[in-house]
Amino acid sequence: MCLGVPGRVVEWVDRDPTFAKAKIEFGGVARVCSMACVPDAEVGEYVVVHAGIAISRIDEVAARLALEELKEFGLAEELEEIRDSMAGNQ
Amino acid sequence: MNTNNTRITLAHGEGARATRELITNRILTRFDNEHLRQLSDATQLDVASDRIAMTTDSFVVSPMIFPGGDIGSMAVYGTVNDLAVSGAVPRWLSLALIIEEGLELSILDKILDSIASAAERCGVVIVTGDTKVVPRGAADGIFINTTGIGELNSSVIAGPRSIRAGDLLIVSGPIGRHGIAVLSAREELALEPPPQSDSAPLHNSVACLRKNVGEAVKAIRDATRGGVSAVLHEWATECNLTMQLDETRIPITDDVRGASELLGLDPLYIANEGTMVIAVDPAAEAEALAALRSIPESHNAVVIGRVTARKVSPVTIQRMLGVEQPVDEPTGALLPRIC
Amino acid sequence: MKYIDEYRDPQRARLLIAEIRSRASQRWVLMEVCGGQTHSLLRHGIAEELRNDIELIHGPGCPVCVTPAAAIDLAQSIAMQPKTTLVSFGDMVRVPGTQSSLLEIRTRGGSTKTVYSPLDAVELARRNRNEHYVFFAVGFETTAPATALAVLQADQLGLTNFSILVAHVRVQPAMEAILRSPNNRVQAFLAAGHVCTVAGFESYSDLSKKMDTPIVVTGFEPLDLLEGILACVIQLENGQYSVENRYARCAVEAGNIEAQQVIDRVYEVADRPWRGLGEIANGGYILKHKWQRFDAAHRFAHLQNESTLPIIDLENECQAAEVLSGRLRPTECSAFGKECTPDLPLGAPMVSSEGACAAYFRFGPKETVLSQGNQH
Repeated sequence: MCLGVPGRVVEWVDRDPTFAKAKIEFGGVARVCSMACVPDAEVGEYVVVHAGIAISRIDEVAARLALEELKEFGLAEELEEIRDSMAGNQ
Repeated sequence: MNTNNTRITLAHGEGARATRELITNRILTRFDNEHLRQLSDATQLDVASDRIAMTTDSFVVSPMIFPGGDIGSMAVYGTVNDLAVSGAVPRWLSLALIIEEGLELSILDKILDSIASAAERCGVVIVTGDTKVVPRGAADGIFINTTGIGELNSSVIAGPRSIRAGDLLIVSGPIGRHGIAVLSAREELALEPPPQSDSAPLHNSVACLRKNVGEAVKAIRDATRGGVSAVLHEWATECNLTMQLDETRIPITDDVRGASELLGLDPLYIANEGTMVIAVDPAAEAEALAALRSIPESHNAVVIGRVTARKVSPVTIQRMLGVEQPVDEPTGALLPRIC
Repeated sequence: MKYIDEYRDPQRARLLIAEIRSRASQRWVLMEVCGGQTHSLLRHGIAEELRNDIELIHGPGCPVCVTPAAAIDLAQSIAMQPKTTLVSFGDMVRVPGTQSSLLEIRTRGGSTKTVYSPLDAVELARRNRNEHYVFFAVGFETTAPATALAVLQADQLGLTNFSILVAHVRVQPAMEAILRSPNNRVQAFLAAGHVCTVAGFESYSDLSKKMDTPIVVTGFEPLDLLEGILACVIQLENGQYSVENRYARCAVEAGNIEAQQVIDRVYEVADRPWRGLGEIANGGYILKHKWQRFDAAHRFAHLQNESTLPIIDLENECQAAEVLSGRLRPTECSAFGKECTPDLPLGAPMVSSEGACAAYFRFGPKETVLSQGNQH
């Protein structure tokens, strides 16, 4: 379960604790979603939205670190090899 | 009966003065032509070619007016497209309206205007028609039926049975736009900007394609209900081959992409109203794409896959890892999901 | 789209697959807990690609599938009441109760509506005070804040025409039940990233230690899943068993405190029945007593067990319990793809597109596609 979609906070609409809302952009569309569970999220930040409410702020630093870590799994030439073989398949 | 009223009443359908006024003041003024003017029971058509093509379709859509189109233009384009993808030149349309009591006349006017300009855009003439009014609740605003007749001047398109392994699959533009537009409007998803339908006529694109690559066009189908997946499943069954898609090549607009992710939908199953799938001989790839791209309605045409020998699955897709995955047949209505 | 596309990078996926292959000395048995993970593993061909290296068994993580038939029956009875509309997520409308689905109940005059968010149901009630709206609150810890918030909003708006039918379930007790089952085969868990995002994963440490089982908090995109699988394999190979967070961009150990507070204000933990698995201790939420006026089960209590149609037991032939606990592969069920398809499901896991059986039917390995091919 739990289709959670990352979106960018474009604009706060309401700051009431229960009715907190912000406009959030997903690809080419935006929708107003509840911010009651991420009251500190700022404009420009990414949040994960599930069933119309933001359930989490995305930690950009943690995301970058994890992707860097992934890079280290392979040596550079290994990456090239795969790139070549994929190009060959096209 | 008071026709200054702002809404359709049952009297508009009873055949008396209100009906006559509705037809003369609102319909004839918009579609005036020699055929309609006669108000006869049947009209006569002078056909130049030996063979004609005929198709009929009924249109029900909620909401009646949606971003990028409305039920009126859809009723014209839908039938024009069915003729066009069969290789016919669309010429004449019938127009039957089933109107729900209580429909605002201003909405009816808007829809009729839209039908008139759509017909003009396609070069088709509305030669006969009918209007009925049903009690409130027996219809949803307005239902429209159009029957189209087209002339077959050149050879017929061979059809899906002529598809061979190696043929290329082309779409005429980004997919899933109509379904997302209507779903967003109907379910009040409040997406901004509202996703726009692709509702458009395809007769010029088909004509240009056939003029330039002729017999190399094996099959064409507008990908309406059930989306691209439904068309490919039908073709795979007809020719007993497998339709193999490459996910990275399938064109999807940013708004359809965002809305599909949000709602958990796959654009392959989402309806289009101005986008078609084409199977062509691979030797004609460049010419076919150039021809399609020279027409505004198919400006973004691309190859999305190819036909292979029959595998277990009739339709497959290569996703990121290159592993071939089956694409199943569309089932039922699209529903936004959370899991 | 940012935070999606970079996690679908095929080159990095290839690297991770190679790494998993080189590290795994045996075909370890992993369970992905969440249906969203199952969907992604199958859709992107990861399960297929790794089939000789890792055995992935699909967990009970489809809340739609584990919603008890009795709750669906009650929802249908509610939909048949005058001036009452049953509002649900789109996922729920095709799921059969003991006799029919919400989709079918509409053909008999029932009033149902699907929405994207429970908060949309509150808005419906606010705009149309002459109709009573009942939201069918299903889902895991991830979804509970949204439905709890709906109650808080309805309260603040003073709505008397809104209530919820609660069938929320909690994941961790189910994970524990699976590990403790005598026939358990699961050697490591890919924990559900969004459940952990809300509820945290502090409490997993005990479970992991007690049962010597790696639990890796995992996301939903292909690279997330491969990273989670790799982390499980490394732990298993090293004989170390701990909780590890591989979805750090969203989930933190304590979870989302604000979301938990919203849940706590509205719900309390209770023993709940899971369809296919039976009663699970602390397996779900119920409304706190102070919110009884928003409790549809209370308001419509007179409809419970009221049925005018003969009860057909859809689950006679269905081996859902075996599938949901990982003891049986969907394709090993004798009804799979024959008597039981997504169009005519015998049991819950064939219903939702995230149900293990439906996911196999759609995207499953080649031999399962055969039964699908025969249909057409």
